[in-house]
This record gives sequence, C-alpha cells and structure tokens, in this order.
Amino acid sequence: MELSRRNFLKLSGVATGSLLLPTTTAQAREEPSTFPLRKRVGEVPTICTYCAVGCGAIVGVQDGKVVSIEGDPDHPINRGSLCSKGMAMAQIPHNPQRVTKVLYRAPGSAQWEEKSWDWAIPRIARLIKKTRDENWISKTPAGNVVNRTEAIAFLGGSQNTNEECYLWVKALRALGLVYIEHQARI
Amino acid sequence: MTNHWIDIGNADVIMIIGSNAAENHPCCWKWVERAREKNGAILISVDPRFTRTSSIADIYAPLRSGTDIAFIGGMINYILENELYHKEYVVEYTNAPFLINPDFRFDPETGLFSGYDPERRQYDRSTWTYQVDENGVPLRDKTLQHPNCVFQLLKRHYSRYDLDTVSRITGTPKEKLIEVYEAYAQTGKPGKAGTIMYAMGATQHTYGTQNVRAYAILQLLLGNIGVAGGGVNALRGLHNVQGSTDMCLLFHILPGYLKTPIEKDQSLAQHLERVTPKSNDPQSVNWWKNYPKYMVSLLKAWFGDAATKENDFGFNWLPKNSGNYSHISLFEAMFNGVIKGLIVFGQNPAVGGPNANKERKALEKLDWMVVIDLWHTETANFWRRPGVNPADIKTEVFLLPAASFVEREGSVTNSGRWLQWRWKAIEPVGDAKPDMWITNQIMREIRRLYRTEGGTFPEPILNLTWDYGDGLPDAEEVAREISGRALVDLKDKDGKVIVKAGQQLKNFTQLRDDGSTACGNWLYNYFTEEGNLAKRRDPVDRSGIGLYSNWGWNWPVNRRIIYNRASVHPVTGEPWDKEHPVIRWDPVAKKWVGDVPDGGAPPGTILPFIMKPEGVARIFGFGRTDGPFPEHYEPWESPVRNLLSKTQINPVFKLWETEMNPRGDPDRYPIIATTYRVTEHMQAGGMSRYLPWLVELQPEVFVEMSEELAAEKGIKSGDQVIVESARGQVRGVALVTKRLKPFKVNGQIVHEIGLPWHYGFMGLATGNSANLLTPHVGDANTMIPEFKAFLCDVRKA
Amino acid sequence: MAQVAMLIDLSKCMGCRACQVACKEWNDLEAETTKNRGTYENPPDLSPNTWTRIRFQEDVENGEVRWRFFKEQCLHCTNAPCVAVCPTGALKNHAMGFVSYEEELCNGCAYCANFCPFGIPRMKVVNRLTGEAKATKCTLCQDRVTNGYIPVCAKTCPADAISFGDRETILAKGRKRVEKLRAGGSRRFPDANLYGADVLGGLGVMYVLPEKPEKYGLPTNPESALTVVSAWKEIIQPLGQLALGVGVVSIALNWVVTRRRVTEEQEA
Repeated sequence: MELSRRNFLKLSGVATGSLLLPTTTAQAREEPSTFPLRKRVGEVPTICTYCAVGCGAIVGVQDGKVVSIEGDPDHPINRGSLCSKGMAMAQIPHNPQRVTKVLYRAPGSAQWEEKSWDWAIPRIARLIKKTRDENWISKTPAGNVVNRTEAIAFLGGSQNTNEECYLWVKALRALGLVYIEHQARI
Repeated sequence: MTNHWIDIGNADVIMIIGSNAAENHPCCWKWVERAREKNGAILISVDPRFTRTSSIADIYAPLRSGTDIAFIGGMINYILENELYHKEYVVEYTNAPFLINPDFRFDPETGLFSGYDPERRQYDRSTWTYQVDENGVPLRDKTLQHPNCVFQLLKRHYSRYDLDTVSRITGTPKEKLIEVYEAYAQTGKPGKAGTIMYAMGATQHTYGTQNVRAYAILQLLLGNIGVAGGGVNALRGLHNVQGSTDMCLLFHILPGYLKTPIEKDQSLAQHLERVTPKSNDPQSVNWWKNYPKYMVSLLKAWFGDAATKENDFGFNWLPKNSGNYSHISLFEAMFNGVIKGLIVFGQNPAVGGPNANKERKALEKLDWMVVIDLWHTETANFWRRPGVNPADIKTEVFLLPAASFVEREGSVTNSGRWLQWRWKAIEPVGDAKPDMWITNQIMREIRRLYRTEGGTFPEPILNLTWDYGDGLPDAEEVAREISGRALVDLKDKDGKVIVKAGQQLKNFTQLRDDGSTACGNWLYNYFTEEGNLAKRRDPVDRSGIGLYSNWGWNWPVNRRIIYNRASVHPVTGEPWDKEHPVIRWDPVAKKWVGDVPDGGAPPGTILPFIMKPEGVARIFGFGRTDGPFPEHYEPWESPVRNLLSKTQINPVFKLWETEMNPRGDPDRYPIIATTYRVTEHMQAGGMSRYLPWLVELQPEVFVEMSEELAAEKGIKSGDQVIVESARGQVRGVALVTKRLKPFKVNGQIVHEIGLPWHYGFMGLATGNSANLLTPHVGDANTMIPEFKAFLCDVRKA
Repeated sequence: MAQVAMLIDLSKCMGCRACQVACKEWNDLEAETTKNRGTYENPPDLSPNTWTRIRFQEDVENGEVRWRFFKEQCLHCTNAPCVAVCPTGALKNHAMGFVSYEEELCNGCAYCANFCPFGIPRMKVVNRLTGEAKATKCTLCQDRVTNGYIPVCAKTCPADAISFGDRETILAKGRKRVEKLRAGGSRRFPDANLYGADVLGGLGVMYVLPEKPEKYGLPTNPESALTVVSAWKEIIQPLGQLALGVGVVSIALNWVVTRRRVTEEQEA
C-alpha cells in the first residue's frame, strides 16, 4: 500500500496532496522510534583552529575523509560548544577552493603553474642561499660584529603548532634573519 | 592572560573593555554566564559601539575610540579619592610605597615627564628611578604619605582625571562613568575579584601599551592580580598566537622571551651582563637572574657539541639587531628595496597589514616570495590584484600547499597559556604537506648547499643541530628538544645524580649555564620523563576553582594563575578570598596547597612578583618608553585637541613620514573610524572567506554608522557607501544602526563609524579590506599599528 | 520513551549564530548566496537550506539600546497543526516529544507550511520540471536525539542559551530562570516569561523571553491555528475525498496552490 501510493505520486508527476488521499491510511503506519545517524560523530580530538580560547573539538572520519567536526563534550573549557567558525571547520579539509598543489608564478607571468615539491624545494633553497650570501652584514660601519642579513624577511607562525614555530625560529636565526615577525605584532 | 578562561567564572565583576568577547571569543561566554549565575557577577561592556557583548551586559558605557586612559584614569582617581583600594595589597605587593628620584617630574601643562627630548622624540629615563638605601634596596614609605612615594605621585597624576574632564574627553555620559566606576571599584574589597578582559581595542593604538598599563594599575589598586576571578586578561585571537609569541617569532626576542642580541653584545658575557637583572633586596626572588642558564641551554639546543664554553656557546652565530625590525619597519624596508626575499607562513599582510595599499606595493619590490598556506590569499596573489598589470611585477612567487589542522599533529597554546595536543585525523589532502616537513626539506637542502658549495658565514647553518630525518620531523621529538634534557649526568650539591645524561628535565629549575643542559624554550617543559604532558586529558577539577591542573599543561611549571602569591595574606599565607583560594599555606604540613605557587618559600619570606627585580608589581612603570604613568594623548589622527595637555599625540612613537603614508586632516576627514572583527570571519579572511557557511552569514563589507550621521550624509541602511581616508578608499554596505551614537566631546559632536577588516579580492566573499584606510604608525613600545582610531569621511557611493 | 524538550533562553543569547552553522553542518545543508541588507541578519528567511536562524532586531527603550536575537525554528508542538493536516504521515508526533519528519513520505502538499501557526516549514522543489516539492523543517536532530545525542544547536551554543533534556527538568529550569529575571539584579526584566509550556499542548521547544512575546514576533494565540485545522479536517478534507471522483481538476488545483507557495518562497 505504502509503496504503491508513493509510486502513484511519482507517476502522477505533480506535487499532489491529501485532497486525493484518505488521511487514515497515513496515520496507520507505525512510527519509527529511532532514525539512523546521518554520519559519524567525531572521535579524534583536536583543538579548534580559530581563536585562542583553545576549544576542544572532535573530528568524525569516514573513509579517510572528515565528515563532521563538533565540540568536544569532555573539554573543560568549551564542554561541547563551538562558535559559528568552529562549527564550519568541516568545510576546510576537502574544500574545493583549497590549494593542494605546489603553485609557481614566474616573474611577470599572469598565471600560476603547477609544480612538484622536487622542483620547488631546491629552487627555494637556492634563492635563500643566494640572497643571504649576497646580502650579508658581518660588521657594522662601527666595526661591531652583527652577522645578519636584512634581505630576507619572515612572517607567520600563529597558525602553526609550537613545534613548527620552534623549528622555524631555530632555522631562521641560524640563517641570520632579523626581520622575523608575525600576526602577534599587528 | 594572567588567569585563564575557566577562571572568568570566579569573578564578581567582569569588565570587557577593548574587546568584543561575545563576538570574537564566543566560547568563553560559558564562563561569563557562570560568573553571573554563580556569583551574581556584574558584566560591564565599555566600547565605542554597542556590540553583541554590550547586548547582554548589565552596564554598557560608550567611549570614543582611543580614550581608554582617560576612562581608566578617571576610575583610578575615583578609587583613590574614595579610598576604595585594597590597602594591604597596595602596600605590600606593589611599588606604591617606593620613593622615586626627587628629580622626577611630570608637567601637567605639557603632559610630559622629565627627560623629554623633542628632537629625537625620546625620553632620557634617568630620573624615572627609585631612591635606594646604602645596600641598593629601594626606600619605601609604607604609610604612603611621603610626597615622593609612588602612591602620592599617582594620586597627583590622576587628580586631573575628574569626572567632568573625563566625560568631556571620552564622550561617555558622566552618570555612566559613575555607574561603571562604582560597580567595578567594589572589587577593591578583600575577597572580591574583578577581571578585565581586553583585546586589540586596547592595544592597537599609538599608546596601546599604556592602555594596558592603565588596566594593570587599576587591577593592582583593587588587589585583583593573582587572585581567582581577577587578572589582566588579554584575549588572544588566533589558535596558537600565544605559542608563536612564546616561541618568539618576533624580531626582538628568542624562545622563552630571551632577548635577541643587539650590536652592543659583542660577547656572551656582555649580553648576559646587559640583560640579566640584579636585585639587592633579600626578599626579592628576581627570577630573571637565571637568564644565563636559559640562554646557554638554548645555544646548546641549537648548536649542540659545536657550542662550547670557549666559543661562547656559539653566541656570535646568532644575528644581532641594530634597531627595530617590527612589522611596520619590515614593510617600510621592503618598500625601500632592502628586503629581497619574503617567506610567509599562514599570514596575509595584504589584507591584515596596516596601510594595505602600501604593503601590497611593497611586495612588488621583492625578488621572490614563498607563501605557505591552505588558500589563495591576497598576499600570494598580490601580483594580480585589481588595478595592476602582472607583467610589470617581477617577483617570483611560490605558493606551497600546507596541511590543515586535522592533517598534522602538535601542541598549541591557548590564551590562558594551556598547551594542548592536537591529534592527526586524516592524511594531508592532495600534495599538501605538514609545515614541519616543508621547513625540514628547505633547511636540509640549504645545509647541503653550504656543505657542498660553501658560502658566506656557513658556521651557524652547518653547526645547527638539524637531525630530524629526511621526511616529516616527529613532533614529539621536537617537543623533547624544546622541553630540555640533560647532556651529562646532573648532580646536586652533594654529588648525587638527579638527572641522568640524555633524560628529559623535570622543569627549568634544573637548567644550568655551564653547557650541561640543552633546552629550546625554558618556559615550555611539557615533555618530561613522564611523557608528553600536553596530551593529558583528565577532565576532573580537584581545585574547586576550575584549574583543571591535569588537563594539558600550562606554562610556567603548570601554574594556572600567575602571580598567585599575591592572592594570599603576606604574613599568614591565608587567601584573601576564602571561597576561591588559588593557593593556601598549610602551616602543619608546611607547604602550599592548590595551584603551583609563584615561588615555594613560606609566607612572609619572599615577595610575590618574582619576575620583577623589586619583587612587587609596578604601579610606577619605568620600563616603558613613554612614561611611568599612562597619560592621555589623542590618536595620531583625531578630530579633537587634547583637553588634558598641550601635547596632542604620544610624544614618543615613531612617525613614519614616508611615501604613501599621509596623515589625514580633520577638516577633510572629520569622522573617526575604527576597525574590528566579526564572529563569522577570521582575521585576514583566508580561513573563513572560502567557507560557504561563513560567507552566507557575513557576505560583504559593511560600514556601521549612527542614524544621525546617516541622516547628515543622506545615507540609508543597505546603501553602498565609500569610506575614504588620507590613504585609501573602501566600498561597503551602510549598516545604519541605533547601536552607534555620536559622541559629545567637549561640547562638540563627533561621529565614529566602524568596519570589519576581513575582506579582500580573493575568496568567496570579496571586498575591500578596511586596512586600505589604516596608517603606518604604531605604539611607542610595541609598534602595534593604530588600527582602532583614525580619520575618514563617508559618502553615498 | 521519556519526553524531551529544548529551552531557548533569549536572555543569554548573544547572536553568535553558532546554532545556525551547526544545523547546516550536521544536516548537510548548503550555504545560501546572500548579501548584506544593512543588518547582521542572514539568510533573510528560513528556507529548505536554513532550518534555523537568528533574527536580529534593534530598539531603544527608556533611552537604552536593545539588540534582540530570536532563534527561529520548528517549535515541535504537541498538538501540532502540521501533524494534524499532514496527509502522508511524513510529520508525526514522536513519542519523545518532538515532531519527526520523514522526507521520503512527504508528498509536497505544503499544508504543514500553510497551517503552521509559527510559519516554519518551507517547501523545497526537488523536480523543477514537475514542480514536485518536499517540506523542510528542523527535526530537532531526530537522528541524534533518538540515538542518545543532543541536538547539535543545543550542544554547540557557547552561551548555554539552549538547553535540552527531560521535559520536566527543562520546564523547571525555564520557570526558575524567569523568576530570576523578574526579580533581577542590575538587569531586571519584569515582563520575563516562559513561552510554550502550555500552548498547543506544550511546545517541544520553549523560550525564556525577557520581554513580552510580541516583542519577538511570537503569536500570542497560536491555538487559533487548531480551530482552522479542525474546520479543515471536517469540511475541506471530506470535500477533497469527494473530489477524488473529479480527479484531474483537484490535481490541477492542488498543483497551483503548492506551486504558488514554492514560488513565493523563492522570490522572498
């Protein structure tokens, strides 16, 4: 009965209504007590990637893809809550607009071209070395040793983990950079 | 934050000033509500706009952008006049009783302190000092009566900030001032706590540091520092901006707030001599006296066996500063062609930087730029921004795909200094790579080049300990290096081995200055022999005040509320607030219970502010460049003259009288503008303007203005308008609202508008960044740009 | 099964709209293309892709600005007119105290939308050629709730303005909060009230309102919808069954009615 009724509606080709149907039929159908969960509720704990409240979130993963992110109910600060940005985090990892290839823009070019990591890393290392070597200040005019380059600058870090920040600061100071700044300043 | 998020729930009065916390830190609201439910806390919102925070506050007080010092100065005056301060706290725990050099002066007419040099726009601070006895210990008058004691100087200074004067400056109605002052001053009673929650509304001014100093002075007078529900709480904006600051990706500091060497420091000894503070007060712990241990251990972590006592542990391999290299200076140098190459990691200065037109132009001067990000940011795409021809721009640009937060692991530090571990959930999408993989590959290749080809000054590069394998460095391995380990067996005074060679240290008290320990950041001892403490997830609070001491790990030494020794009576060690004790001296067991105390010595033996050489907190703050007391000046661009003195603007901050950075004339640009964030977007927008759910909520640039201004300009809500400053133009939708009101400043009507700065020419929601309008000027101490108050005009498009 | 209920405390709501995004996140609802209309509020209305939203409203009272936030969504009536008129059983009163919805059973008649006293259900066109439509509305996260999770909007609310649980507990919580708001401290609301405890047999979603219901656009007499429903059931529906014999005419008539509603919504 159920099936045939729906088939009828489909076949009739219009969004029709109860003018045609005895209501008793519909109400006789047994009501479901549970509905299947649309997707997996998160399991992997993470920390929200927006502000510095440091809310806990749980990431639901199915087939290697993030399907849901919601607040971590065990987290003592946010206790399951997230704000609008936090609740939108599930749109980050598989976002079609995300940059997922190494991109290169040659001087004067009007477009990006895709490159490989194997191409980009040596090229970048070479540019850093060249710029550093050509713009090294070992002493000031007053004769003080300063061992630095002012020709390379670095910006960033607040979107990174502590370990990532640490490795950068270690590498940058070893390279002799002094123009090291990030969002915390501004 | 001196305290932490959950601790807001312990407050009796909450003052949110220079912050729109409901908007920008929504999940802290649980704790604001908790304080209201549990303690009947009063919530005060002080803001130029009636915001989402104001919408649920008990008291809303409007103030004109940039007048916090007048507003708080008025409250300081009110508290002193009515003797509402916490006397015992002020006498014992602050420098209020300290006697100041008799040559120190403040001239109320000029608004200047002694030692000002107008040519160099600098102070000679030699008179801003304590009087000391024959042993070099500062002289005190605990009766607070001596005319030259800090307390009396403070009283004199702020006596000028009476209610009428303050109201004329701030535009806050006098009765609102009284309402706020009365409500907040209640927390001066011992056992009551008031918290100040602030953010960029306080800091982004040419006197931003002094705004925060004003809050600190207020909190010290009321005895609100170190106690549960108190504190001066900077609500930080990015998920690891606290950690990146602690790791010191900033020109002037090295990990753990060590000082970057300067030109004068020609040897390690000279450096240590210059920066290690001394104290002759037997009660002062003067924690920074340990600086040499931290510096030497950092050098050992970086240069390993190559760092020896003979070569100053490689000290001269570190670059030395000869000036200021902060954000604005950096872009000025880039604009002038000094900087040839730029590496940008998850930042977007083409939207977020001040005077964005100039900063975008500066990027054109680069030979090369490497951007590591998840998104096509405006910075990465500056060469194809509207109005430029890519063919004219010769910069070589790399955009490297970074792994997102669910595709890598590591620790992040929240605003309350909690380190929490973030687990990896999925593999990086496409060719994206974790940031540490990228750093490692670049550094390995650079090292290979120097090893095989040689080059300029290769020592620091080749001697650097860089042994993280050829793939992705193990985050926990790096965490161990940061946390610190013994390089040889460490022995105590009796020769007993306390830490074996190769073991992780318990904390920084085990660090040494002889090269026997290595530690990447002395404040971050989160990986011990017990394991990775950032991973702890014990959801039980055993403190009764929400410390959650076994959840994650807190710097320093898992201390959740810093300066907590000020939360107890100086002699008995009994908490001021018996209901919310942070620590308490157990006289039977002879130990502190509760949070990790700021110094474990018994009560009455040491002073509580252990990071200050004088052991107490500074009401008189002689370390700042622009004065020991906050003094009201006007923003760089202001439509009104300073009503308090003849000095219109902060006399000390650097004026960048450079190309593309003109100053707006109030006749042409009579309206105050301020910039801010909305809850639906993130910073420069990379992390939100590509997410459709967020774009739906806030799709466009809008300009908030009062009904009065809109009527004057013939603008209706929803109209397209143009905001123009001396530096640029922004187009947006007019949002005409009852929530903004013109200010009455010294009898004159002053309009203020506001607009968010999140937008740019890339992403799903595009528009002009408000930073096309903002100036290249910054705070006298920190150089943070003055985003929060500048001049503009607005018209219908 | 125990009766559950949701309480939306508008004295705590700060308009952050985490609930709006949470609803989209859990229910996989697409973002809408919007523009700024001179307000923070967006999208401008409920829609097949927006099952809940915050309405923003500004006012000045006694010289003080008020910025009211109102969470719009299905209120899950016990005597739900939509259930009464739903011909296919797509909408039902679930034993746990909410109005469940099964889209595959919906025939697109739009009666739920026409009879809802709160104007909540929206029609979604699933076939542009034929105009075939389905009703959409908040299901109180029926899949979560029947599997032991709380609705995602209640879970995510940073201000704890949305609570969810056993109906009796929720009612008690609401009453207590109203008393507190009436007594007030510095923020006193003499007109504070609990909306929905009794109307339409008791709402599954109730509000703590600091001010009178009219201030939030809530009907003071939603019960009147029931009178209409009753009339409809007694008169119009039998007529419809009679019309079965007439056939094609009724189909056409019905199509016109539904189609018009869908078009109106799209234009809005």
